[in-house]
Amino acid sequence: MDLIVSDLTVTRGGVPVLEGVGFVLRPGQALVLRGPNGAGKTTLLRTIAGLQPALKGSVSGAEDRIAYAAHADGIKQVLTVAENLRLWADVFGQADIQPALEAFNLVELRDRAAGSLSAGQKRRLGLARLMVTGRPVWVLDEPTVSLDVASVALFADAVRLHLAGGGSALMATHIDLGLEAEVLDVTPHKAVLTNALEDFDEAFL
Amino acid sequence: MIALLLRDLRLAVRAGGGFGLGLAFFLIVVVLVPFGVGPESGLLSVIAPGVLWIGALLACLLSLDRIFALDWEDGSLDLLATAPVPLEGIVTVKALAHWLTTGLPLVLAAPALGILLSLPQGGYLWLVVSLALGTPALSVIGTFGAALTVGIKRGGLLLSLLVLPLYVPTLIFGAEVARRGAEGFEVMTPLLMLGGITFGALALLPFASAAVLRINLR
Amino acid sequence: MSIWQYANPKKFMETTGPLLPWIGAASLTCIVTGLVWGFFFTPDDYRQGSTVKIIYLHVPSALMAINAWFMMLVASLIWLIRRHHVSALAAKAAAPVGATMTVIALITGAIWGQPMWGTWWAWDPRLTSFLVLFLFYLGYMALWGAIENDDTAADLTSILCLVGSVFAVLSRYAVNFWNQGLHQGASLSLDKEENVSDVFYYPLLVSIGGFILLFVFLVFLGTHTEIRARRTRALLARERMS
Repeated sequence: MDLIVSDLTVTRGGVPVLEGVGFVLRPGQALVLRGPNGAGKTTLLRTIAGLQPALKGSVSGAEDRIAYAAHADGIKQVLTVAENLRLWADVFGQADIQPALEAFNLVELRDRAAGSLSAGQKRRLGLARLMVTGRPVWVLDEPTVSLDVASVALFADAVRLHLAGGGSALMATHIDLGLEAEVLDVTPHKAVLTNALEDFDEAFL
Repeated sequence: MIALLLRDLRLAVRAGGGFGLGLAFFLIVVVLVPFGVGPESGLLSVIAPGVLWIGALLACLLSLDRIFALDWEDGSLDLLATAPVPLEGIVTVKALAHWLTTGLPLVLAAPALGILLSLPQGGYLWLVVSLALGTPALSVIGTFGAALTVGIKRGGLLLSLLVLPLYVPTLIFGAEVARRGAEGFEVMTPLLMLGGITFGALALLPFASAAVLRINLR
Repeated sequence: MSIWQYANPKKFMETTGPLLPWIGAASLTCIVTGLVWGFFFTPDDYRQGSTVKIIYLHVPSALMAINAWFMMLVASLIWLIRRHHVSALAAKAAAPVGATMTVIALITGAIWGQPMWGTWWAWDPRLTSFLVLFLFYLGYMALWGAIENDDTAADLTSILCLVGSVFAVLSRYAVNFWNQGLHQGASLSLDKEENVSDVFYYPLLVSIGGFILLFVFLVFLGTHTEIRARRTRALLARERMS
């Protein structure tokens, strides 16, 4: 099943930031979003993940199929690495957390409290969460922040494995992961003044 | 959902403050009252049910902003919203966890504090019953308030301002049950009203809380 | 042609703008007429003396205190269902007016109560309900003030208004129950309408009409202010984007 995004206009704080975004993400495919800071990549990903409504356009094939990873990892400091993962596995109805621990080299850390991890280790834990969701579409917002070179390679391997298993990934990142990924530059989709304001608060003007 | 509940309970126990703080606050309020109104046991026994109820209510209020604030800060709330669990269920679990960590200990501690306030002999049963029936409503209503103010920095005071008026009916009927029980009157009418409020809130408010949370997340 | 066309802010401004001074003038005329008529041209009550004349302030403000909340409830529902901005902004504008009316009702009530009951305040069900209503107004306004995004604020306050309405009604009944429970039979009933004779009735009606017009005037004025503020923000956003 494809993730189909068509003619999407997304808003941040009530102001349109991107418009007319459209693409199709097939199983086994990875798509990388590029664009300068503040272009609206995060907003676009949040909209696709269903966290905020789109002003225009539609997203299909997203319902209950997306695993979303944001800047914040949602890690509880006082729980151990395994307990953190266990929770998400339970919430998403998955059983095994071992492959995720192995893929992100967290096996030795499994009984450490998450609060005592370094930033990079926390990030790895946050990404390992994706593997225990069992969801086919990964939506990732700057997944490689605070990861070192070795960890980036681990992450790239995990994505590759996911794609090989029929999953797909949509990510906003500036780092070349060495994946066979298509690139979508969002810059041309920057909301144009006249079009954007047609809907936005037009009534007040 | 059970996993979520267990996590919240585990967090409350490990992070400390969950059980302890609310209970300690309850104790302090009850201890302060005789300092304010005098040690005469006749007067204390008259106001004991009301004081215990207000103490429990304030102790409940104290921990409300923790219901969503921590999950909001570390991003868990975003992730939970995209999980295959309906937000209404998450909200209910959160309220239940809050009740188990705050409301239930208060219910259990109330009789001991009743002794401090020389609560009449017959009053203990109805005090516990009224608190056991009423505190879930406090948690559910409080969860709604916490969901309303989740995105607001330093929303604690606002949360109190929003939630306290909503607590009025629960407090009135709950304290009435405890008071009538202590004085040996018939308690059925306020007890039924209290139950009605609790179950009504339990049935309907999660929808409002979830709607509010969705608005705050976008 | 439907009533919803006035939900367009521009249309709303154009239609109500010219009406505003007239509504204001009419409200002033009615209130002055009602008060002067009531204060100087009605006999003193045989029981309450001239104290009764505060009725011309007390009853209209009390009525508006409740009706303002009711109007906010309706406006909130319209916002939630049809997403008309004017509706949400009107609800926002009505809140301070309603809160003020509640305060006026409480203060005039106290002034009236002092000579009549010998106390400024009693925990009578009605008085208590008004106090609780005032708390609801405070919470509602505080929530509006605390949220930056306009639409989010409108959504959240609307839901608070709905939930608050249910609890306000519950509180009303709870308070009734509670007070009877506390003071058996010692009811300070304020059932005026039944025992007010025509002499007092007509100036009271005029005064009530004046208060209603005043409310409409203030809400329109407040809505205009809010719409202008939104317009300013929209223009600033446009500037930022270009």
